[in-house]
Amino acid sequence: MTLALQTFSTVKDANMALQAAGTRYLGGGTLVVRAANEGDVSVSSLVRVTEPSLSAIAVSGGETRLGASVTMAAIARHPELAALAPAARAVGGPAIRNMATVGGNLFAPAPYGDFTVAMLALDAIVVTEDGQVPIQTFLAGRDASRAIVTGITFVLPRAESFRFLKVARVKPKGVSVLSIATLLQRAADGTVTSARIALGCMADRPMRARAAERALLGCRLTAEEIAPALAVAGEGTSPITDPIASAWYRNEVLPVHLGRLLLA
Amino acid sequence: MAKVPVQFTLNGSEKAEFVDSGTTLLHALRDKIGDTSPKGGCHQGTCGACSVIIDGELRLSCLTLAETCNGADIRTTSGLAEAGVLHPLQRAFLDAFATQCGFCTPGMIMAAKVLLDHTANPSREEVVEALSGNICRCTGYEPIIQAVLTAARANSQNAA
Repeated sequence: MTLALQTFSTVKDANMALQAAGTRYLGGGTLVVRAANEGDVSVSSLVRVTEPSLSAIAVSGGETRLGASVTMAAIARHPELAALAPAARAVGGPAIRNMATVGGNLFAPAPYGDFTVAMLALDAIVVTEDGQVPIQTFLAGRDASRAIVTGITFVLPRAESFRFLKVARVKPKGVSVLSIATLLQRAADGTVTSARIALGCMADRPMRARAAERALLGCRLTAEEIAPALAVAGEGTSPITDPIASAWYRNEVLPVHLGRLLLA
Repeated sequence: MAKVPVQFTLNGSEKAEFVDSGTTLLHALRDKIGDTSPKGGCHQGTCGACSVIIDGELRLSCLTLAETCNGADIRTTSGLAEAGVLHPLQRAFLDAFATQCGFCTPGMIMAAKVLLDHTANPSREEVVEALSGNICRCTGYEPIIQAVLTAARANSQNAA
């Protein structure tokens, strides 16, 4: 394997180099070096950036900014990011979490990318050299994205409003059957006033369960009242089939796990 | 392809080598420097056999490019024994029959060492979590978990 690696001290310079054909951005290496090891000949050169701001975590009030090079391990151990720790810990084993980055996770194809599912539920903003885009827009266009992601910003959820679940067959670490993140606001009587539900492995990239979100509005979190939401949870999904699970299986178990998460 | 220089500390010794750009740390360690304790299993970040400790953190050497390790402190299982005396983890793995074919063992021991470096008396759950990125197809894991717990106890007794 020969891969020309170029190291830059600023994102701006690296962005120029990234425009060359066959060039990929090297974050933690868990996607792009893996691809090269697997024989992906489309990767011929790599660029990386050592700018310290890319590894910075800033939490001010609820406003949070994670640099693109922040690792899953750094999130999992950060005292102010406890709400996100379950999603960060869902990624890989300890060594992978020391390497895998927030920026890389945005590009991880299903069945990977569990942390991005949490970011999608939080309606995060992806910051690139070209500007800021809502995460949903970013995910839709990520295959053609050539601007280096520098960070991601979002409002840190209150612990009681945010829930995350990764379903895997192997414990404690396994590849996702699916993952779910929910952000629910509820009135004093417990009825849902706003709902965001993000799903992993239910398409080739994280997606929203919009029909279920709409059906949850005005419901209390009881088995009877969430039933209509669970019935439409699979609307618009197009799950992957891989050695972990078939698309059919993923669609079958999605309402079961969403129900458990909502009633937890 | 031009060679690039890499220089790091391996198990306390300064190492310098010229490698092809894009060479993985695993390849540099095994085929250039001659430390064959990290194993190349899946080369995909799945099996953990290539685990090494870089600047105190567990990393996968198959997914780490050697060039990114300039100036780093790298630890592998081959550097654990001191003056011919096995490290408590190595001793415990032998005594507990926690190694059968042995291919996963260096990675397992590195993962366990990072755990014990930070957590002197880990719970069984913490051991399982620490080893969760390392696959063993022989032992069924139980002897490995017991070996790590035994080594932790031995460390605690020595420290007392």
